[in-house]
Amino acid sequence: MARWALTRLAGISATLAILYFISVFVGPRMQEYVLNVVILCGIYVVLAVSLNLINGITGQFSIGHAGFFAVGAYTGAAWSVLWLPRIIDLPFLKLGTFVGDATNLLIALVLGALAAGIAGFVVGLPSLRLRGDYLAIVTLGFGEVIRVLLLNTEAVGGARGMSGIPALVGSFHMELFWVLLLVMLVILVSRNLMRSVRGLTFLAVREDEIAADAMGVNTTKVKVTAFVIGSMFAGAAGVLYAHFFTGISPDAFDMNSSIIITTMVVLGGTGSITGSVVAAILLTALPEFLRFLKDYRMVIFSMTLIIMMLTRPQGIFGHREFSLRGLFRRKERRREGSAPV
Amino acid sequence: MSGMGGALLEARSVTKQFGGLAAVSNFSVSVNPGELVGLIGPNGAGKTTVFNLITGVYDPTVGEIVFDGKVINPLKPYQVTALGMARTFQNTRLFKNLTALENVKIAGNIRSKAGLGAAICRTPRLLENDARLEATALALLEKLRLAHVADLRAGDLAYGLQRRLEIARALATQPKLLLLDEPAAGMNPQEKQELRELIREIRTEFGLTVMLIEHDMKVVMGLCERIYVLDYGQIIAHGTPEQIRSDPKVIAAYLGTETAA
Repeated sequence: MARWALTRLAGISATLAILYFISVFVGPRMQEYVLNVVILCGIYVVLAVSLNLINGITGQFSIGHAGFFAVGAYTGAAWSVLWLPRIIDLPFLKLGTFVGDATNLLIALVLGALAAGIAGFVVGLPSLRLRGDYLAIVTLGFGEVIRVLLLNTEAVGGARGMSGIPALVGSFHMELFWVLLLVMLVILVSRNLMRSVRGLTFLAVREDEIAADAMGVNTTKVKVTAFVIGSMFAGAAGVLYAHFFTGISPDAFDMNSSIIITTMVVLGGTGSITGSVVAAILLTALPEFLRFLKDYRMVIFSMTLIIMMLTRPQGIFGHREFSLRGLFRRKERRREGSAPV
Repeated sequence: MSGMGGALLEARSVTKQFGGLAAVSNFSVSVNPGELVGLIGPNGAGKTTVFNLITGVYDPTVGEIVFDGKVINPLKPYQVTALGMARTFQNTRLFKNLTALENVKIAGNIRSKAGLGAAICRTPRLLENDARLEATALALLEKLRLAHVADLRAGDLAYGLQRRLEIARALATQPKLLLLDEPAAGMNPQEKQELRELIREIRTEFGLTVMLIEHDMKVVMGLCERIYVLDYGQIIAHGTPEQIRSDPKVIAAYLGTETAA
């Protein structure tokens, strides 16, 4: 056990160091516009992969993910803008220093994730009784409730939103570090879960709830867990968004963004983690690459989506994951020929 | 308690009403440890409702269900399964997009102690735990002659194999009592013969008590030691296969119509 912990610790330190160097050496050499797109891609990857845990893996059709994104963004921003200035005296929280900025962002991330996690728990509860379309309507409603609440809360700026959020993500060229860290974390959590038997019970709930229940799976716990983990990551993504762009307003978290995130999951192949990653990058970057089309940009974008869904309705990856080993194995199996059943 | 020679499963005057309709009324059965009991009855007699009541899918409107000395009325299906009861479904309910092995592993998870945190961090204990689950699942597939399809999608398997996989999956929860809902449905005579042997085999091997719902008279008569006959939600007869075969009420309700048809 001790050896395992040490190896893990070494692995984590090495990863953090590599991310730090990428961030500090590659980040500043990128054009600001390109960096912005890359950061946005990363944030959407986190959103898509975390929604995939709820929608794709556990099969609870949720289309209110922007709501959790908003809860995280506003909670994090509230920490840095409203609460932080009141306790600024603590030396390690002093903004403008490397440690101060990082500590503040970490606190904001934890608070944002917790707040979104609590929201996820509350929204997850109806999923025990509702399924399919009905659950979709509830989650859609939740997203809208959050948006309207924020719109009418003067303390967080109402319709103007919050501005002047300290740029904690971008200070000391750490933007890539934070975003890639969260991306890696959400992928790692999903992937490790899926590799364990425990994680298979999430798929069982998607496949057949009655059978899962009969096989001893506590479906209630599985569904609420998926909602809580998924929304925590969406919340953390919101914190990064707020502290990267330094301004947020309720309309950044409207139904459109919820639907875009859902589209990413479906397009990637419901349940496939790699699919969500690829689709999130594609759907975030594509509208940027299509800017030369000017007015026709969104038309072409929508057409691309339609064509993709027509030609590959199971999504880019289907239920599968991309792995080199998988490619190798498939070739092997083809050589053997499929065994007669 | 079962240890004191009492019944493993007992339903005491159970009634289940859906709206004004009593799907099952004043239903009492008792199954002793190690027995192989059959529940037969014409279509719509309420056999599957009985299984759903016993396994916790439905709560009885009136009456008590006692399993292994505990009243299990308020328990949910997964809690009943944890106590040592497992079932198969009339229309197979496999996790179709998952492999046969994964299907069995999921059912085995109920006896695992690894938590969510351990799964996410992949602690050595989890790896050990999952390796054990996989070994147990593979052994079960081997036992049910399904080892060759372990890595195939459950939904792609031939019908007979899917039925066998459901039994393997139920066994993975390590039950004391196995409930089989029409295990022979849709099987050809040879498969039925194999199924009979299989049920006898696993009963001895795993020390099981088995209760099965079946339409096929040959399967029930040749296999069960005791039979309950259900008609319109009520037990109309109960006894050994010989007694059932010659019971005029049963012949009228069930066998008579079948031979006439």
